[in-house]
Amino acid sequence: MLRLPQLKDLTANLPIRPAKIPKKVYIPLSQHIGKPCEPIVKVGDTVKAGQLIATLSEKTIFAPVHSSISGRVTAIDEFPHPLLGASRAIAIESDTADEKKEFKRLSQTDIDKLDSQNIRRIIADAGIVGMGGAGFPSSVKLSPPKPVDTFILNGAECEPYLTGDSRLMVEKTEEIILGLFLAARCVGAKNIYAAIEDNKPQAIEAFKDILGQRQIKIVVLKSQYPQGGEKQLIKSVLKKEVPSGKLPFDIGVVVHNVATVYAIYEAVYLGKPLYERALTVTGDCLKHPQNLLVRLGTTIKDLMDECGPLKKEPQRVVLGGPMMGVAQYSLMAPVVKSTNGIIFLSEGEIEKAENAFCIRCSRCVESCPLGLLPCMIALAVEKGRWDLAKAYGVLECMECGACNYVCPQRRNIVEVVRQAKEKLHR
Amino acid sequence: MPNSPSKESHFVVSAGAHIHSGESVPKIMWTVFLALLPAGACGVIVFGFAALKVMLISVASCLITEALIQKLSHKKISIHDGSAALTGLLLAYNLPSGVPLWIPVIGSIFAIAVCKQAFGGLGANIFNPALAARAFLLVSWPKYMTSWPKPFNVDGVTSATPLMMMKEAHVFNISQMGVSYMDLFMGVRGGCIGEVCIFALIIGAIYLLWKRYIWYQTPLAFIFTTGILSWLFGAQGFMTGDFLFSILSGGLILGAFFMATDYVTAPLTKRGRLVFGVACGGLTFIIRKFGGYPEGVSYAILMMNAAVPLIDRYVRPRRYGTQIGTDARAK
Repeated sequence: MLRLPQLKDLTANLPIRPAKIPKKVYIPLSQHIGKPCEPIVKVGDTVKAGQLIATLSEKTIFAPVHSSISGRVTAIDEFPHPLLGASRAIAIESDTADEKKEFKRLSQTDIDKLDSQNIRRIIADAGIVGMGGAGFPSSVKLSPPKPVDTFILNGAECEPYLTGDSRLMVEKTEEIILGLFLAARCVGAKNIYAAIEDNKPQAIEAFKDILGQRQIKIVVLKSQYPQGGEKQLIKSVLKKEVPSGKLPFDIGVVVHNVATVYAIYEAVYLGKPLYERALTVTGDCLKHPQNLLVRLGTTIKDLMDECGPLKKEPQRVVLGGPMMGVAQYSLMAPVVKSTNGIIFLSEGEIEKAENAFCIRCSRCVESCPLGLLPCMIALAVEKGRWDLAKAYGVLECMECGACNYVCPQRRNIVEVVRQAKEKLHR
Repeated sequence: MPNSPSKESHFVVSAGAHIHSGESVPKIMWTVFLALLPAGACGVIVFGFAALKVMLISVASCLITEALIQKLSHKKISIHDGSAALTGLLLAYNLPSGVPLWIPVIGSIFAIAVCKQAFGGLGANIFNPALAARAFLLVSWPKYMTSWPKPFNVDGVTSATPLMMMKEAHVFNISQMGVSYMDLFMGVRGGCIGEVCIFALIIGAIYLLWKRYIWYQTPLAFIFTTGILSWLFGAQGFMTGDFLFSILSGGLILGAFFMATDYVTAPLTKRGRLVFGVACGGLTFIIRKFGGYPEGVSYAILMMNAAVPLIDRYVRPRRYGTQIGTDARAK
């Protein structure tokens, strides 16, 4: 794994502040891994914040979508999507009243009576997905087909720049711990770990202060990238590896990210569906980088204006972290459930890829967290030897970008890995 | 204005990572070049102005050859990346200071044109260009390549290198040679320009290790294997050899830290580099002990360069979630 520059100082000590309610939001019907939802509202309908606007009736993997503001539906059409390029989305114009649907709060006694099935149903109805970037529906992840005994709270936040999870851990410690117990109860896990990297001393302190005698083990990890990856985190915390081709539940483990666990708390205790999330808007181009509580569907443009003015012209706008995030072509792409940051990078921080010849320096080999030979994969792909690329393990690559980061020739290895995956999957 | 939507299409969209470590080939090559300079300076102190001339001519010839070939083959001229300059410097370090000045010129042309560019340029060569050129010069003009000016002597008086004395004059211990370990360590002995001052080489090597520009596996394995084998199978019987002498004499330190660590011609994995280092050490010992030539470092490295694809094929890092490095032969 890699030691990366943190670049978190820009926002590490700034409390999460609610962003301005945008005039218009574009809420994609697909913000999760699985089948896109179908709208249940029509153009012209008025909606409240938190109201269900798109769902599916069939039994499949999906997460329902809720309105994030109150106002009027103005269009249901193709709009820019931060991960898919473009997709169907519901455009809602704000009435500025920010009227919320009534949420059903539960008391602690009610909650103690809930069984796993009920908890999962609440989480599913709230539309919660993996908010660390994966976007996989949480209720599905919380119904492992095998017995699970270990639950890990992922507080690694190993990507540079991002501080949203770290702020949540400081500001919402109690809530996260309640959510953690709920999620662990849901899968019947006895061993609960909270894994936090050592570059977040405030979060570690907050957890230590509040935990006392409760049955959660705090694991302080040396900051490394990509430690927040599920498989890497399991290795760091439990000193176990998930066998190749298997999933964490195969070795009795479930991992959930901090923001997801907080959303689970909000859904169960406050009855609040997932329509807003904390994220970091940052980068060297912004005058006022911030941690913001953002309504889903808010465009990058709105958030850029809120954190501006611009100090420098951005050359690259990344949704997510600077290592694995997705570079955007349009500022009209909206924030979705799995967006944990927006980064505005100037030319100084990035340089255009030269994609020169490999000099076999082996930096990529040393940095690969999966023990692959990235340089050999890239050479195989460039020669069109798909069979060889596959033999070198290209399908196991998780595209963490560590090889690209260290390559002195700035070869874009992740790019060719994607080519190979596409070719081999076809 | 930055906010205008017309600017949107100017965003760079590519796969991550969107930030970079800042490492580059010029940075690496020029840093290695810099790390080699103390040893060169010592070479000039020990062997005089002639050594400096060989170094300058060698570096210049390499740069000119590379530029010419790239120009003629309509490629981007990349002599600023430092790799040709480094080859030139290393070639000079592997020459005696008294060679006629056309020797480094021919050597440089051979190194760059035949050993590097003919294979496709930086990254594609199989053999270390500087060492291959040295081997070429040695078989072509053995007389010039094996006459060693005496240290601190400007009259062109030549002397034997410590390894030659060991091999040809049948001296068995260092005191009979009239040099001390300190002399060997500081570079007061006959030999190639850049190999004599171990002290300066080690300073450069430590700097590169600290910068993580070279890895420790190959040099340590190389040096210890040579040293231990030389000690075990000494000239006067089992375990009578001189460990320190075997590592301080000849080009072992220069070769182990600066040439066996060449990225292009060394294995990709940690364990592979260990295998490479041990094998280089073993070959060096065998050549020194049984070969017809007192020094074995260059040929050992060149032979192992040829074995690198084989090492890379069988020595693989352990993949996450598996027990062993998976065999990558295409099915």
